[in-house]
Amino acid sequence: MNVETVGVIGAGVMGIGVAQVLAQADYKVTLVDVSETALARAEQEISQGVRFYHLLRRDQELKPLDAAAAVARITFTTDMGLMQDADFVIENVTEKWAVKQPVYATLDQVCPPHCLFAANTSAIPITQIAAATQRPSQVLGIHFMNPVPLKDTVELIRGYHTTEETLAVALALLASMGKTGIVVNDSPGFVSNRVLMLTVNEAIFLIHEDVATPENVDQIFTQCFGHKMGPLATADLIGLDTILLSLEVLYEQFSDPKFRPCPLLRQMVNAGLTGRKSGQGFFTYSA
Amino acid sequence: MNHEEIKAKVVAFLGQHLPLDGLGDNDSIFKTKAVNSLFAMQLVLFVEKEFGIQVENEDLEMSNFESINAVTGLVARKTGNQ
Repeated sequence: MNVETVGVIGAGVMGIGVAQVLAQADYKVTLVDVSETALARAEQEISQGVRFYHLLRRDQELKPLDAAAAVARITFTTDMGLMQDADFVIENVTEKWAVKQPVYATLDQVCPPHCLFAANTSAIPITQIAAATQRPSQVLGIHFMNPVPLKDTVELIRGYHTTEETLAVALALLASMGKTGIVVNDSPGFVSNRVLMLTVNEAIFLIHEDVATPENVDQIFTQCFGHKMGPLATADLIGLDTILLSLEVLYEQFSDPKFRPCPLLRQMVNAGLTGRKSGQGFFTYSA
Repeated sequence: MNHEEIKAKVVAFLGQHLPLDGLGDNDSIFKTKAVNSLFAMQLVLFVEKEFGIQVENEDLEMSNFESINAVTGLVARKTGNQ
């Protein structure tokens, strides 16, 4: 199957990154969001992202890319009807089933029969998402990492009905974007977030119980274990609201209390301290 | 704006993000480990806003943002203050 046009649903941090990399790889991209404001910001951020790409990829010898040409390959729209031309859709909407489900029902109606759907979710089971469509064999999960343009490996999730052909098309698309996929079977949170969310949540409990400061918790990981980033800086990068939503999904899916979100996490989210994007989480960030 | 004034503004901005102690004018600001390459983006945006210049693709190279002197030199060149 030849993929020429890729639909990207959701112009948040992940959708913007995915659209940027697709446009840089010469795909025609349709980026849909419900908010005109989000789309305007997306256009600006993608333009800057392409412009600075070669500076950030110092591992590769790159020439500056043409930002205007990349942005010109993207259609920014609030009209889901434009998905009628999509060969492949990557969905990046909020990690809430009540939001995702109607998106898939609409996509299933609008998109051509050959179109494949990839859910860029961090916790919701792919099999559950596939069941919201009439094409469960053509649905898979692609868990992109943040920041998308700089992270070359993704977690690829095979749902119960996902065919090998669907996986092959997705892996080929990813390869053309300069990315490799690690294929795992479906489970709430997959591999990455079952481990990461528990680790982050437990780290937050340590702050809540005054066992250590955020600096000290992260130092144990960076200086003792040699991780690039500690769990609390990671939580700030992902966004504490997203961490909370992911934990709630895991808690509900497994019906297991080990995934209960730390009360401090909930309080910080309610207080608007959502991490890097708000300027304040466990650490402070200047604009 | 002369060379020294440009440099003072560049140093003031860098001082908000990394320790300047022991950082020579030609030392790499990225070797301090206080900032990563993402900071290069912030630095470009700062320079464009603060000095009202547009950094074109041909100047968008790490070597122009590597050190205090490199950034100052770039701004001086773009603003005609050699």
